[in-house]
Formats: sequence, structure tokens, C-alpha cells
Amino acid sequence: MMGRLRTLVWKEFIELRRSPQLLRLVLIAPVLQLTLLGYAATTDVRNVPIAIVDADRTPRSRQLIEQFAASPYFDIVACGSDVREIEGHIASGTAWLALVVPSGFGALVDAPPRPGGRGPVVQVIADGTDANSSGVALGYVQGLVSEFNLRRGQEAGARAGAIDGRVRVWFNPDLESRNFMVPGVLALLLMIVTANLTSMAIVREREQGTLDQLYVTPIGRWELVLGKLLPYGLVGLVDVVLVVAVAVLWFEVPLRGSVTLLLGASLVYLLCTLGLGLFVSTISSTQQQAMMTATFFFLIPMLYLSGFIFPIENMPQVIQWLTTLIPLRYFLVIVRGIFLKGVGFEVLWPQFAAMAAWGVTVLTLAALRSRRRE
Amino acid sequence: MTATWAVAVKEMRQIRRDRRTLLILVVVPTFFLFLYGYALNFDIRNVRLAVDDRDSSAESREVVAAFARSSYFDVVATPTGHSEGDALIDSGAARVLLVVPAGFGRAVAAGETAELQVILDGDNANSATTILGYTTAVLRQVSAAWTRQPMAQVVSVEPRVWYNPELRSTVFLVPGLIAFISMITAVISTALSIVREKERGTMEQIRMAPLSTLSFVLGKTLPYLVLSQVGATAIVMAAMVFFDLPMNGAWSDLMIVLALFLVGALGTGLLVSTMAATQEVAFQVAALLAMLPTLILSGFIFPISSMPVPLQFISALVPARYFLVALRGVVLKGLDLVQVWPALAALVVYAVVVLGLSAVRLARR
Repeated sequence: MMGRLRTLVWKEFIELRRSPQLLRLVLIAPVLQLTLLGYAATTDVRNVPIAIVDADRTPRSRQLIEQFAASPYFDIVACGSDVREIEGHIASGTAWLALVVPSGFGALVDAPPRPGGRGPVVQVIADGTDANSSGVALGYVQGLVSEFNLRRGQEAGARAGAIDGRVRVWFNPDLESRNFMVPGVLALLLMIVTANLTSMAIVREREQGTLDQLYVTPIGRWELVLGKLLPYGLVGLVDVVLVVAVAVLWFEVPLRGSVTLLLGASLVYLLCTLGLGLFVSTISSTQQQAMMTATFFFLIPMLYLSGFIFPIENMPQVIQWLTTLIPLRYFLVIVRGIFLKGVGFEVLWPQFAAMAAWGVTVLTLAALRSRRRE
Repeated sequence: MTATWAVAVKEMRQIRRDRRTLLILVVVPTFFLFLYGYALNFDIRNVRLAVDDRDSSAESREVVAAFARSSYFDVVATPTGHSEGDALIDSGAARVLLVVPAGFGRAVAAGETAELQVILDGDNANSATTILGYTTAVLRQVSAAWTRQPMAQVVSVEPRVWYNPELRSTVFLVPGLIAFISMITAVISTALSIVREKERGTMEQIRMAPLSTLSFVLGKTLPYLVLSQVGATAIVMAAMVFFDLPMNGAWSDLMIVLALFLVGALGTGLLVSTMAATQEVAFQVAALLAMLPTLILSGFIFPISSMPVPLQFISALVPARYFLVALRGVVLKGLDLVQVWPALAALVVYAVVVLGLSAVRLARR
């Protein structure tokens, strides 16, 4: 049994070596992509292009606008004295927001407050087509205006608010979204590369007719599956080490937990992704079918429903149940837990168990399917 | 022309034989839109809040009640003591821990500034920032109720959101999903088309036939263009019927925008196919090229203006970026083709370059 398995593994290695393009690809592409995407995948909203309409032109309005100019969150791209002048900027998307200071603003600000009286108002026009970023940018506007109010209040001799909320942010004190996104991209890249690799593994032999040759040998179904799994598992492990190195050394994502635990989790995860690929391979009759099945029925749903970008707790309940079937979901909790929170096995064991169960199930399915003829 | 047609007919026949592929190309995109349009949103509600009230005064209870009343927070636990509260954050059972120290009520009653501690799980920086905003808003509200009449005028902000007044996240997500799904479908459908013929040896037969490379490339693209145009139109219509996506522009403009984008995407797949040595390589390249860059570099989720400048240049190579601008322009803002011409020009350039490169790669050797 061991001898046959060794021969099978050896055969796969020879095939891998004969395809230098593939080997280069699976080793270099993930590193390159993580380097690029790690920079791009930031949900921080900065340099929001804003247009300013100052219909007031008083020292007060300039004081408010000055605050926007000084803020790192905003880039003033256009100025005008009438809304119509900047409408084009919102339509074309060159500005996301427009701040409109109406005439009479300065006079109202300096008037003594009257109970029930209408206070000064500034208008903000936002481009709602990118609702997420616009929402964040509107929040910044509120913040800057509150700051303006606070300063005016202090000038007038008001005391500070009654409550002083001392906020402490754990695990990611600077609220750097890169620390959250880089481990996620890492998990995704590993899945795409390794599941794709094995999804072609058996169907390729079927298409080329060499699968029948394997069937006439005394190789068992588990040997066939393991023989395909081990070489690609090794390639996957090299990938893990490479991308983790990029995350830690290049992006300086804090790795607070144990490296051994991270490698152990990656092994269990690889079992899932490689097993998934093999399973796809056994249920497809051509490589094209395998590619479509893997992409559409597995990779894309996992991408969207794993919690990689879209929080699972925001999803409808039915979909939340569905996400428990996704191994990437558990791996994301584990990587982010180990990287950012530094938690150990005692906290993460349910995720480990779920992933292991998933991997064993999918491998069994693959083994069961592998010897069935069409 | 007849040669192009002959290739297209042959390709069509091959597609028809593979039922699963046909199904995936036409039906699955619409199904995806349903699933993800329904499943995904960025609205943050029901944040899990743990409250450690060590004061138990009328004032402290008022603060806690203000959190419980707001639609953003759910009080899920009332730990007592540091270790118990910390454990809740560690395990993720609570995202925010509010600690009201003893003496809080006395300080408020005496008219002093009373201190309060908020511990926030920051691992997801995006939602944490939003939650931080909610927390300060609640505190400010309670605080304002306790302070007397303000001494100075307070400036208020009146937001007016154009094109999407309620800031519904589906209006923003659905165009992005259309771009993502169409891109993947198109790239994947052509990525294997040429390398498969190479591997099977039928490429040699085609080379012998009296067929120019250009008409071969066009013939390979045409059937998939028809299929993916049908698929993409179905997605857009489904989005309008089920997710109230408005249609403020002209349908003919939308069709042109879609077609330009799809030609570029199909061309990307063809180019991958001409460069790959085996189908495995083609699959890897297509998946890596289409999936994450379309999601991350197109401005779908992550705003391009926040990226580092070199990355902004790289994102200029992603066709979905221009498609999104044109699509949002036509569908949401009601612009016409002239008003979105820079994006259209970029799509045309992209399509010509990738199709040209594929033809050149094929003609060589």
C-alpha cells in the first residue's frame, strides 16, 4: 500500500515539474497578489473629493471651510458661490460631496442663541451611488462641524460636556483596516490557488484518457485521492509560508499568537481546499466543467458569504445558517484571531473542529466518487 | 466574414453539447444576484454590547437605557468585574464593553465631568469606526440632556443625498455585483477556449484551414458575447424588478456599455488562453486575474481615492473600474453616453488592446 502511494506521489511530482509555468504561477502569483491587494484592500476612507460652495463669504464661513481644507479626510477639488456651479462635479463623480454654506450663515452663527429659534445650517450634498463611502464621508462632515461647534462653545465660555467617554480600542488600536484585510486576502488566495490546482487533477486524467490506465492498476480509491492530495498539499504549505511571511514582514500585520498554531490551522484548511478541489474534479467530465463548477458553486459563494468583507451578522438568518457550511468562514476567524487577538487553541477549537469535519467529509465524498465510471 | 461565422457556429455547437456550462453562463449569474443582493449589506445594527455597571445609580441606569433604546445596540451581557468583561470581548461574544465606574452618578449630580469607559473590539476597522461613531453619538445625546442651555449657536448639518436618498446599500452593491459576476463569467468562458484546442491537437487543424487569425478570434468571441450579454441583461432586469434598482438612463445606452465591457472581459479570457500552456495554468491565471482584482481594485468596495498612488495607477488597468463608473452613471444618475465618455473610451481601448494582443499571440509561431 505504502509503495503504491509513494509511486503515485512521485508521478504527480514529475508532472508538476514538467509544467514549469504552473509551478511558477502557484508560487509567485499569491505573493505578488497579496502585496498588491494588501495595499488596496483598505476600507479607510481618506482624501474624499469635496466641492465647496461659499455663498456667505464671511470670516465665519471661511473658518469652517478652513477646517475642511486642513482635514486629511477631505480634498477640496472645486470652489464656487452657487450650487449650480458644482453640480457637474457630483454628476461626473469628480466630487463625492459638496458643502454648501448659505448666505447669512456668519450672521446667524454670531447671533445670541434663542430657545426654539432656528440655528445656522450648512447643507451637504452627497453622491449616494457609493452608499458605503458616502455614509462614512457624511460622518466625517458631522465630526468636523461638531468640532467647529465645540470651539465656538468654548470661546463663548461653555463648559465641556457632562460625560467624558474614554474609548479604548482593543486588538487594532489605530483602527487600521489593513490589519483586518491582509489576513483575509491571505486566506482567500490560498483557497483559490489550492482548490483550483486539485480541481483539475483527476478530470485532466479523465480527459486525456490516462484515468482508465490508473483504474486497471491495483490502486485503491483512497490511494488515488491521497496520491493527488499529498504533492499539492506540499505546494500549498509552501504557499502558506510565503504569504504569511509577506503579511508579517512586508505589511507588518501584528502576529500576536503562536506561529505553530497558525501553521497547524493552515494544514487543516488545506485539507478542506484541496479536498474540495478533488471533489469538484470527480464530479466533472471536462476541465472546463471543473473550472466552472469550482468557480461558480464554490469559490464565489465562499468569497461573499465567508465574512471576508461583508459581516456575517448583518446577513439574513437563513443565509447565516448557510454560511456555517463554508470552511473559509472558520479559517478567517482563526487567522484573524491568531494574528490580531493572539488567542490560542482553547478559544479557537470549535473552528478547528468544524474545519476538520468539513475536510474529512469532502475527502470521503471525493474518494467515493473517484472510482465511479460515467 | 463567412469564416468568422463558421467558427462561431462551431463554437455554438460545442457550447450546446455541454449543458452544465450553458446553464452556468445564462442562469447562474441571475441566481447569484438574488443570493448576494439579498444576503449582503453594510448596515450595522444590533451591535452586541456588554454593560458593567459598577455604580448602579439613577444616572448610570439612564446611560445604559439610552444605549438599549437606540436601534444600534443590543445589551447581551452584564458582566461584573474586569476579567469577566474582557473575556466577552476576547471570545467575540460582545463587540463593545461599557464600564460605568463607581461614583459616576455622584459626579454628574455635582455638575462635574463624569468619566466612563468604552472598550471596543477593533479587529474589523471599518465597522469599528462606525460603532465608535454610534457610541459617541449616544453619549453626546445623554450629555446634552444633562447640560443646561448652550451658550453659543450650534451649527447643524443638513445632508442631501443625491441618486440614492436613503443611502440603501443595495443600490450601491448591485452595480458592483453586476460588474463582478459579468467579468468572471466572461473571462472564465473564454479562458479555456484556445488552450483546449492546443492540448487536444485540434489547433493544428484550424491553422491549416483558410482562416485569418482575426476572424478566428472574433468567431471565438461572438457566441460568448451573445450569451453573456443575455446573462448580463437578465441580471440588470432582475435587479430592477427585485431590488428596486432605478433606471434613470436609456436602455440602448446601457446595452452599449454592457457590450463594450463584455468584449473586453471576453478578450481577457482569450488572451489568457493564448498564453497558457495547459488548461490548468489558464484556470489559475483567469481566477487570479478576474476574481480578486475585480473585487478589490475596481472601486466596487474599496474606494480608489483612498488607495496609495501606485495602486491607483494599477487599478487603471482593471476594466471593471470604468464599467462601474459608466454603469452607475447611466443607471443611477441618468447620464447619457456623451457624459460618461472617458469611461467608455477606456473600455474601448482595453478591448482593442486585449483582442489585438490575442490575435498577435495566435499569429506568431
